[in-house]
Amino acid sequence: MNEIIFFINKVLISGAAIGSVYAMGAIGVTLIFGILRFAHFAHGDMMTLGAFFAFALTVMFPQAGQAIGLPTGFVMLPVAMLLTAIIAVLLDKTFYLPLRNNNVSPVVMVMASIGVTLMLQGLIRLFGGIEARYFFFAERKDIFRIALPFEDASRKIVITEPQILLFLFTLFSVFAIHYILNKTKFGKAMRAVSDNPDLARVSGINIQKVTIVTWLIAGSLAAAAGTLLSLDVSLKPDLSFNLLLPIFAAAIVGGVGHPYGAIVGGYVVGFAETLSIFNWAIFLRPFRDSLPEWFELSSNLALVPTEYKITVPFFILVVILIWRPTGLFKGKVI
Amino acid sequence: MSLVNVSNLVAGYGNNAPILQNVDMTLQQGQIGVIVGPNGAGKSTLLKSIFGLLNIHSGEITHNDKSIIHLRADQLVQQGLAFVPQEFNVFESMSVEENLEMGAFIRSDDLSDSIDKVYGYFPPLKEKRNQPAGELSGGQRQMVAMGRALMSNPSLLLLDEPTAGLSPLFMEKIFERIIAVNKSGVTVLMVEQHARQALAIADMGFVLVTGQNAFTDTGQALLQDDDVARSFLGG
Amino acid sequence: MNTLLTGYKKEALIVSFCGVLIALVFANFGSAFGLRMLTEIACFTIIALGLTIQWGFAGLFNAGIMGFIALAAFVSMLVSYPVNEAFWQSDFSSQLGWVFAKLLLGVAIIWGINSLPTLRNRIKLRRLLVVIAIAITYLVFMQNLAPVARGIETGAGFIGGFGLPVWMGWIAGGIVAGILAWFVGHICLGLRSDYLAIATLGIAEIIKAVLKNADWLTRGTLTVSPLPWPVETPGEIGFIASRAQYLSVTIVIIAVIFWLLQRAYSAPWGRMIRAIRDNELSSAAMGKDVNGRRLEVFILGSVLMGVGGAALVTFNSIFDPSGFLPLHHTFLIWVMVILGGAGNNTGTLIGTVIVYIVWVMSEPATLWVFEGIKHLGLEWFAWQVPNDFDSRALQMRVFLIGLTITLVLRFAPSGLIPEKIREH
Ligand SMILES: Nc1ncnc2c1ncn2[C@@H]1O[C@H](COP(=O)(O)OP(=O)(O)O)[C@@H](O)[C@H]1O
Ligand SMILES: [Mg+2]
Repeated sequence: MNEIIFFINKVLISGAAIGSVYAMGAIGVTLIFGILRFAHFAHGDMMTLGAFFAFALTVMFPQAGQAIGLPTGFVMLPVAMLLTAIIAVLLDKTFYLPLRNNNVSPVVMVMASIGVTLMLQGLIRLFGGIEARYFFFAERKDIFRIALPFEDASRKIVITEPQILLFLFTLFSVFAIHYILNKTKFGKAMRAVSDNPDLARVSGINIQKVTIVTWLIAGSLAAAAGTLLSLDVSLKPDLSFNLLLPIFAAAIVGGVGHPYGAIVGGYVVGFAETLSIFNWAIFLRPFRDSLPEWFELSSNLALVPTEYKITVPFFILVVILIWRPTGLFKGKVI
Repeated sequence: MSLVNVSNLVAGYGNNAPILQNVDMTLQQGQIGVIVGPNGAGKSTLLKSIFGLLNIHSGEITHNDKSIIHLRADQLVQQGLAFVPQEFNVFESMSVEENLEMGAFIRSDDLSDSIDKVYGYFPPLKEKRNQPAGELSGGQRQMVAMGRALMSNPSLLLLDEPTAGLSPLFMEKIFERIIAVNKSGVTVLMVEQHARQALAIADMGFVLVTGQNAFTDTGQALLQDDDVARSFLGG
Repeated sequence: MNTLLTGYKKEALIVSFCGVLIALVFANFGSAFGLRMLTEIACFTIIALGLTIQWGFAGLFNAGIMGFIALAAFVSMLVSYPVNEAFWQSDFSSQLGWVFAKLLLGVAIIWGINSLPTLRNRIKLRRLLVVIAIAITYLVFMQNLAPVARGIETGAGFIGGFGLPVWMGWIAGGIVAGILAWFVGHICLGLRSDYLAIATLGIAEIIKAVLKNADWLTRGTLTVSPLPWPVETPGEIGFIASRAQYLSVTIVIIAVIFWLLQRAYSAPWGRMIRAIRDNELSSAAMGKDVNGRRLEVFILGSVLMGVGGAALVTFNSIFDPSGFLPLHHTFLIWVMVILGGAGNNTGTLIGTVIVYIVWVMSEPATLWVFEGIKHLGLEWFAWQVPNDFDSRALQMRVFLIGLTITLVLRFAPSGLIPEKIREH
C-alpha cells in the first residue's frame, strides 16, 4: 500500500503539477504558433519574468496574503499577469511587428525571439540575480497530509497548498480559454486567423488587434504558469531553456495551433517525465525473495536517471515528429 | 456616378513583372459585372488588386470616386467592399454560423437579423449552422463563403468563380441567388468560367486576355458579338 | 559599376577596421594574449563557416551549435587523450566491452526484426515488436552499464583516451558531429523550419547533460586537462611560439575550407542549394530532391562545427562539460554570422573577428561601467549594492547579445557584407 501512495505522490501529483505548468505554457506557444506562425522561443523567459514580477510584488507587500488567507505570491498573481501581458504586447510591437511588416520568413521570427529571450534573461538576472528564491520567506507553506483508510498504509498522500492552487488555476484557465475561443468575438477571430489568415484578412478581421489579444492571453498564462511553478518549488532565473523544450514538445504533441491539444500535450509530457524518473524498484521490493536468482534487484530501476530528465520531452518530440508530425489532434500548421 | 472604377491599372505579385497591363473597368451602382477570359488571363488578379492584396505599380482604383489603392483589407470592408476568393474561402474548422460572424467582424451591432437574412438567401445553411464548414459539400461551402461576405452589409460584392466545380443544377441556383442579392441593392462584380450563362445575367461584361482588356460591353452585346463568341464562348 | 565600387570601398573599410582592432589588442595586451585571441577567433571562424553554410546557403536554423561543439570536443578528447592504464588493466575494461557487445546485439536484433521478411506486410506487428525490442535493449543496457560505470568511477576515475594524434581526434569529432546531424536532419528537415530549431536546441541540452553526468566517460564536473596539442606546447617552446604554431594550423584549415566553399558555391551543387533556399516550392516542382540537398548541407555544416569546436576546446586545453554555454557556443556564433553577412564567407570571417573582439573586451568594459554605477550609487544615494553585483553586471552582455540579434535582423538583415549573388 505504501508503494502505491509513494507512486501517487511521486508520479500522479508531481506529474499533474508539472503537467499543468507545461499545459499553460503550451497554450500560449500554440496560440502564437497558430496565429503568428512561428515558434516563440522567448516563452520560457516570459514565464520567468512573470514569476519575477510576482516575487517582486511579494517582497513589496509581504502582508497581502494574510489578509485573504492565501499565499501572497498567489494574491499578486493577477497583477503579475497583467504586467507580463503588457510587456508581451510591447515586445511584439518593438521586435516582432517590424519584422512581420518586412515579410520575413518564420525562421527569422524564431531567431528574433531568441534575441528577445536573451534580452529578458539578461535583464532578469541583472535585476534579480542568479540564485534561486523562495516565495515563502515570510509565510508558512501549507502542506496537507492525507492519511488513507487502509491498515497497511503508514505513509500519507502529500499535497501542498501551491499545488492545489495550481490545479484550481489551471482548471480555471482551461475554462476561460474555452470561453474566450468559442464565445467571444476576438476569440473566434483568433481561431479564424489560425485557420486561414488570408481569408481572415479579407473578411475584415483586424489582424493587429487579434495579435494583441493573442499576446495578452499568452503573456498572462505564461506569468501564471511561471509564478505557480515557482510558488511550488522555487524561482530559478535560469529555468528558461529547461521549460522551453517540454512546452514545445507539449504543443507539438497536441497539434500545433490546437489549444486543447496543448493542454493534453502538457499533461502527456508532465506524466511522462514523472513516470520515467520514478524508481520502479519500489514495487518489486515486496517480492524480493520470490524473484529468480539471476534477477539481481538493483536499488534504482528508473527508466531515466533524474539528471537526464530533459531527454524525456525530447524523446516524445522525436517520436511524434517521426510518427505523426501533425500531432495527436491534427494541428493546422505542419 | 460609377460605384467602382479601375483605370490604367498595372499590377502584379510582389516584385515580379506585372500581370495586369493597363486594365480599365467601370461598374455603376446596382449593376452585375462579369469578368470572363481564358485561364491565366489575370481575372483573379484583377479582383485581388481591387481588394488591395497585390502590388499596384500604377493606375487608379476608386470606389464612390475615392481612391482605395492604399487601404488595408479591413478598411475596404469598412468602405463597403466584400470579397469571396476563388479557393480556401471558408474557415474550415469553424461552424457555419461562426463563419458568418467572422464576416461581420467590423460590426459591433446585433447580428441576428443579418444572419437570418443570409439563411433566407441560402436555406440549406440554416440546418447546418453548427456544423464545421469543412464538412460541407462544395455548393454549400460556396454559400457559406458568399454568406460570410454579405455579413458586412457590403455595397460591392466581389466573387471569384462562385460556381467553379459545381454541377449545372447548382450553378443555376447560385446564379439565381446572386441575382437576388443584386436585387437587394448590392452591386456584384464576378469572375466566371461559365461565360455564356454568366454574361446572360450581366449588365456589363469584361473580356480579359493576357492581362489586357479585349472586349468591354453590355452582357447581351458581348453574347451577340461574333468575335467574342468565336474566341471565348466556344463558337 | 558605381555601386560595385562603393561596395568594395565599404568592404575595404571594414577590413581595415578589423585590422586596427587586432592591432589595438596586440598593442594593449601583448603578443601572447593577442595570439591567443587570434587563435580563438580562427576556431570560431571554422564553426561560424559551418553555420554560414547551414543558415546562409540553405536557410537551416541550428539552435544547438553548442551540442555539436561539445560532442566533437568530447570525441576529440577521447581519441587523443593519453591512455588511462588504470582503466585498461582493471576488470572493468572487459566488462564495459561486454556491456557494449550486448548493446550491439540488441541493435542487431532490432534491425533484424525490422527487416524480417515475414513481417514486411504486417506493419503494426512489426512496429510493436521493434518498440518492445528497443525497450528491452535500453533497459538491459542501462541496468548493465550502471554498476560498471560506478566501478570505473571509483577505481580508475574514467576510461581515459586512446592516445592517438590530435588531428585524428579533430577529424573524428567532425565525423561524429556529422552523424548527429544526419540523425537530427533526417527527422526534422521535411517539416516546418522551426522544428529543426527546437530539435537542435533540445539535443544540445541533452548532450551537455550526458557529458556532464557520465563521469566514467568524461570525468564530468572534475574536467579533463591538459588536453594534448597538435603542436608543441607552451611548456616546451613558450607561449608565443606555441600559440603561433597553433594559429597557423587553424589558418591552414580555414584556407582549405574557404577554397572548398568558394568552389562549391559556384558549382551546380551550390547553385541548386541556393535555388532551394530562395524558392523552395518551384525547386521541388522542378524535381529536385530538396530534403536530400538540405540534409547534405546540414551535415557538412555540422562537420565544420565539430572540427572547429574540437580545435577550440583543444586550444583551451581543458574539457569541461559545464563550460559549454548556449550563449557562448551558440548565440555568439549566430551574431558573428548574421552580423558579418550570412552566406558570405568573407563576411563571416569579418563578423567573427569583430564580434569576438568586442565580446572579449565587453567583459572588462561592463565591469568598469558598473563599477562606476556602483560608485555613483554609493556616493549619491548611499546605495548598498548586492554581493553578487559583478556577476549580475556581466548579465548585461547577455542582454546586449540579444539586442544585437534583434537589431541586425531588423535593420541590417543581410549583414555588413551581404552575400554576393554571382550570375554564371
Ligand atoms: N501567387 C502568385 N504569385 C505569382 N504569380 C501568380 C500568382 N497567382 C497567379 N499568378 C500568375 O498570374 C497570372 C494570372 O493568374 P490569375 O489571375 O489567377 O488567372 P485567372 O484569370 O485564371 O484567374 C498567371 O500567369 C499566374 O501564373
Ligand atoms: Mg482565377
